[in-house]
Amino acid sequence: MSDQKLVASKLHAADVGRTAAVGLRSRKTRAFLSAVGIAIGIAAMVAVLGLSESSKSELLATLDRLGTNLIAVQAGEGIGRGSGELPDTAAPMISRIGPVEQTAAVASVDANVYRTDLMPEDRTNGLSVQAVDITLLDALAGTVADGRWFDEASASFPTVVLGSVAAERLGIDEAGGDVWLGDEWVTVIGILDEFELSPDLDRAALIGFGAAEQYFDSDGVPSTVYVRADPEYTDEVMGVLAATANPINPEEVEVSRPTDALEAREAADDTLTALFLGLGAVALFVGGVGIANVMVISVLERRAEIGLRRAIGATKRHIAVQFLGEALLLSILGGVVGVGLGYLITAIWSSYREWDVLVSQLAVFGGLGAALIIGSLAGLYPAVRASRMSPTEALRTG
Amino acid sequence: MSASRTVLRLEDVVKVYDSTPPVRAVDGISFTVEEGELLGVVGPSGSGKSTLLHVMGTLDRASSGLVEVVGYDVSKLSDRKLSSLRSRHIGFVFQQFHLLSGYTALDNVADGLLYTGLPLDERRFHAAVALDRVGMGHRLDHLATKLSGGERQRVAVARAIIGSPEIVLADEPTGNLDTATGDSVMALLRELVDMGTTVIVITHDREIADGLPRTIAIRDGKIERETVAAGAAI
Ligand SMILES: Nc1ncnc2c1ncn2[C@@H]1O[C@H](COP(=O)(O)OP(=O)(O)OP(=O)(O)O)[C@@H](O)[C@H]1O
Ligand SMILES: [Mg+2]
Repeated sequence: MSDQKLVASKLHAADVGRTAAVGLRSRKTRAFLSAVGIAIGIAAMVAVLGLSESSKSELLATLDRLGTNLIAVQAGEGIGRGSGELPDTAAPMISRIGPVEQTAAVASVDANVYRTDLMPEDRTNGLSVQAVDITLLDALAGTVADGRWFDEASASFPTVVLGSVAAERLGIDEAGGDVWLGDEWVTVIGILDEFELSPDLDRAALIGFGAAEQYFDSDGVPSTVYVRADPEYTDEVMGVLAATANPINPEEVEVSRPTDALEAREAADDTLTALFLGLGAVALFVGGVGIANVMVISVLERRAEIGLRRAIGATKRHIAVQFLGEALLLSILGGVVGVGLGYLITAIWSSYREWDVLVSQLAVFGGLGAALIIGSLAGLYPAVRASRMSPTEALRTG
Repeated sequence: MSASRTVLRLEDVVKVYDSTPPVRAVDGISFTVEEGELLGVVGPSGSGKSTLLHVMGTLDRASSGLVEVVGYDVSKLSDRKLSSLRSRHIGFVFQQFHLLSGYTALDNVADGLLYTGLPLDERRFHAAVALDRVGMGHRLDHLATKLSGGERQRVAVARAIIGSPEIVLADEPTGNLDTATGDSVMALLRELVDMGTTVIVITHDREIADGLPRTIAIRDGKIERETVAAGAAI
């Protein structure tokens, strides 16, 4: 008899959001607790990504400052690997390579350094004595903590500049005093800051080549030559250094780039980052399970509401969308809090380490995206369950 | 053809629950309801009244027989179509009110139109009008949980009529109310009937049943007797 067309039930997206918001607001504590897991997981991931990015940018700044064009040419030591000394001709030959801008030789001196002449011979404190070119400080981008570095004159007199660790172990904190070096009192003219590129030299007392030959019987044969190359040709220079330094036995020469060690350390940090990311993912997963759990309980408790909504015209899909909406809202709330928290952790830690704070958009949107995905996965089962509930069954229990 | 329109037609309707053992909660019931009628359904507990109401309200499907609501043979409609039918043509009132606790009276009533696609401000406007009609115009912003039982049932009635449905189905609407409050809710339903709405009321209350123009008594899922009050217009 009636030919009128039925107007389909519909539910606007804004109403889904409103309904979900009211649903959560009427159960605040539970909503808060179930969002905590997601928040922690996202915070961990954002913080880990942020910290690793901040430390990477710190590394880039450091590399920029130190320059990646420093090359260390070292004599191999051990059976079949060399005598521990480069040929006499190594340094002059290397400086003849076109793109080499600077060389600085280091030769070990057969002497020890002590605080006073009364110290027993064997109390060396693990310190060495090294003869160095006056170009060394510049080549290694080192800095002076106290006193001064060698000049042409002081390099041929019995004067010494102490590496940072050497100064500390000798108990000397300012330039001007004397130390007992070999069989002489030698004046400390300077104390250095740490070398970022050559920690070995921190544990050395440094003297000029002239002084080494004149007062300490050194033959001046270098064990290491530091080379600054034209940054454009660093790789090419590295390729020819071994044969240039020791044309007869190039295999006894070790050529390395000190900044590679810094990068390797960063690569090790990457493994740690991956581990923490994994832990964050686990927290996120547990958070998702928490939300699913809470939503399942919620569906059971709100049978009457489901029945009523079906009675006033909701389709199964509308019911599913409502519960999915609540799960999504929960996880987005958790995600937003988590991103904020992760940012805060990064900011605090970075300012403590004096890094620039760097949280990439990838971390932020990745975090929110992950929350969204977790939310929809967690909400799916309860939503489907709610929508499958028979309306009469649901109303009877109210 | 009569001038009045048949809004509900049941022919040999059977509803069997597939439980163990199966229950024939509705067992071959036939009757028709015309537009603007007030029909009472009475019967002892477990006789199948609520089941019948659910079948008439398309919340549940009959196992066999014809159920025709405002001209639609509901067995031919999909689940989604039935939802549409309920959202526009049928209003429900329940013994337990079934108001949403986090919502105000106004939003509870406005939700009666939630699935019609009307925008929120229009839903709220109609809700205010409906609440006024049931004498609750002064309680729009009260949370549902803060209302008395009688007030809650008035809000529920407002929600049932907000979309001007042809049929209002009420399952023991006075069951949780004292006599005076129950009477005022019944008076409200009578007003709806006067405005042309068809109302079917399930009740336990003898006095209420006796005051209705037409009642159907059921027992064990079957019509036991039908009473038409003297002088009542059919
Ligand atoms: N889902 C179900 N599965 C099995 N049996 C059911 C189901 N729902 C109701 N019944 C049975 O169907 C019969 C009719 O139930 P119904 O709720 O319709 O009775 P009623 O007349 O509304 O009773 P009351 O006055 O107590 O509300 C009862 O025997 C009941 O146990
Ligand atoms: Mg009942």
